[in-house]
Amino acid sequence: MEHFMILQNRPEISVLLAVMISLVLLYLVRSQAHKSIRAFCRVISNAMRLAAASVVNAEKKLAQRNREVLLASGMKEIESELEREFQRVEAVVQRDLQVYPSFHRKMDDLVTKIDEDYANSTEAPPLPPPWISAVQAFAEVPADKDGGVAMILGEIHKTLEHQQKSALEEYRKSSATRHGLLKKIMPFCRQLSKSLEKVGKTITGLEERAKIIDEKMADYEQIRANSETAVRKLSSSSLTQFVIAGLVMLIAIGGAVINFNLIALPMSEMVGGGSYIGPHKTSDVAALVIILVELSMGLFLMESLRITHLFPLISNMDDRLRTRMLWISFSLLFVLAGVESSLAFMRDRIASDMEALRQSLAGAELAATSARSLIPTIGQMVLGFVLPFALTFVAIPLESFIQSSRTVLGICAMGFLRLMAFVLRLIGNVAHYFGKILVSLYDLVIAPFLWVEKKIVREHRTEIKMSPKEEVSQ
Amino acid sequence: MKRFLILFLAMGILLAGCTDTTTHSRAVYMLMDTSGTYTAELKKAQAIINFLLGTLQPGDSLAVARIDTGSFSEKDIIQKTTFDGRPSVANEQKRVFRQKIDDFVTAVKPSPYTDITGGVLQAVEYLNETGTGKRTILVFSDMEEDLKKGYVRDFPIQISGVDVVALNVTKLRQDIVDPRKYMSRLAQWEKRVISGGGKWRVINDLEHLEKMLQE
Repeated sequence: MEHFMILQNRPEISVLLAVMISLVLLYLVRSQAHKSIRAFCRVISNAMRLAAASVVNAEKKLAQRNREVLLASGMKEIESELEREFQRVEAVVQRDLQVYPSFHRKMDDLVTKIDEDYANSTEAPPLPPPWISAVQAFAEVPADKDGGVAMILGEIHKTLEHQQKSALEEYRKSSATRHGLLKKIMPFCRQLSKSLEKVGKTITGLEERAKIIDEKMADYEQIRANSETAVRKLSSSSLTQFVIAGLVMLIAIGGAVINFNLIALPMSEMVGGGSYIGPHKTSDVAALVIILVELSMGLFLMESLRITHLFPLISNMDDRLRTRMLWISFSLLFVLAGVESSLAFMRDRIASDMEALRQSLAGAELAATSARSLIPTIGQMVLGFVLPFALTFVAIPLESFIQSSRTVLGICAMGFLRLMAFVLRLIGNVAHYFGKILVSLYDLVIAPFLWVEKKIVREHRTEIKMSPKEEVSQ
Repeated sequence: MKRFLILFLAMGILLAGCTDTTTHSRAVYMLMDTSGTYTAELKKAQAIINFLLGTLQPGDSLAVARIDTGSFSEKDIIQKTTFDGRPSVANEQKRVFRQKIDDFVTAVKPSPYTDITGGVLQAVEYLNETGTGKRTILVFSDMEEDLKKGYVRDFPIQISGVDVVALNVTKLRQDIVDPRKYMSRLAQWEKRVISGGGKWRVINDLEHLEKMLQE
């Protein structure tokens, strides 16, 4: 510090002199300093703006890519849905409408039969007897004294009554026959009604399917038209899928953890409890490997069943080969589930042995082994057997998760890039205004000199203005 | 297929290379003072051994030895074992171990001298042989060394990487009269252990021992 003293033993004056010299120097290099500050800040500002523009460009490209991915996946999904709907329609048509000609013939036969029966059952009005006009003429004959006409008329009356009775009987008989015929029509009518109902249901089902297909087609057209509505709809669907699949995956992870705890201890009986792979026990790693192998088998099983499509190679396989793969993966899963069940049994035994040892070491009396319930053992074994199969279904949310994560990650990356662009622009602007502030501060530091300079310049200008007048006056 | 086999073999070798059986296992050597009146404290030592048996894991090693006139001898080791990796076998070994210790405690006779240094040297030898990652010597004694004439023990001991824990260090009659003796005794041992490259601790509460073993 002493080396910087201008005047020995006078630090205050030395500091003052140093400040003065610095101020003078600052004043002298003012213009260059301003240029340097401005240039430096401009460099930073421009670099940041350039970087921000580049990031915005990247974000746009990413947005475009995300859009393409989203639309492509949406299109693929709708295509498969449409295919499935058409398959259903085809199944309905094949099942119900393929037999329509025979059905139609049957209906035709039924209608003819009903028609015939109905025609037969129509009521025929009883014809008046042909001699009735003769009776009428005779009835108009005036009555004689001996009562011959009355007798004849009485006889005619009797005959008429008899004829009426027989006609009534005949009419009743024919009515009964007609009713019999109408009764026979009833089952045909019912059959006809049922058949029509069935056709009606099929047609209604087809109508509903057609409506669904129409809706899907409308969505498909929107996607093909690259519309904003379709993109928004697909994005929202992806986010929902991501959240739901994530939740189910969390539940599955819980199941896997329970599974792991079930087999980690007995695995030490198989691979030894004293060896380590890195910082982890070999038995733990082995248990984890078993669970992961089970998960893989579950994935292959789901792939072979064509429920998921994570491996196109498997779903594109020849059906015979795929079936073979299905059985292989199922067998392996079954064996592993059996192994896990045995391990769960072993775990129970080891745990109870350890507990007995701990109790004996602590000096406590041992509980009677016979009193131990078998339910926990069986429960653990069942759990050990069922969990691998239950974990198989993780493949479904996993597929959804992976597919939706493409969109979600894309959106997150877009958000990050947008934020980055904003920060870069902010830094650029801050650098720009910081340069201005620095220039002002610089001037503030040498303000007295600037004031003097201003004064001198003003006086000089006044002198210049005055001088022509003086010259004129002289 | 050939390429797959090579890959599989490489993975196997890699995994085998990763397998580490030494660094994570623990070896505990417990020295029990059987001199004079300290024999009365052996019931506590028995409880500590039981606690150790309950705490140590498959693959760990445990040895229990007595401190008598000349402790630098294998004969003084009452029982030593490295627990099997299989938990069921390890449990059986622990039962046998416990039985041996019980038998010893019931039949033990007090020794006239106390050779702690010899015991520690024997312990270091055993622990180094085990090749374990964590090595601990538990000295269940009042830490008052009383050597027979002619026994040489006043030399530095090499116990690098070993934790030496003095357990149940009882106060002697002269310690009650002059506590400085007790403190200087412990300080002297601490100095010997630290200068030998070891770590020194005094634990009189079993709960602290539990925490230490869990570290």
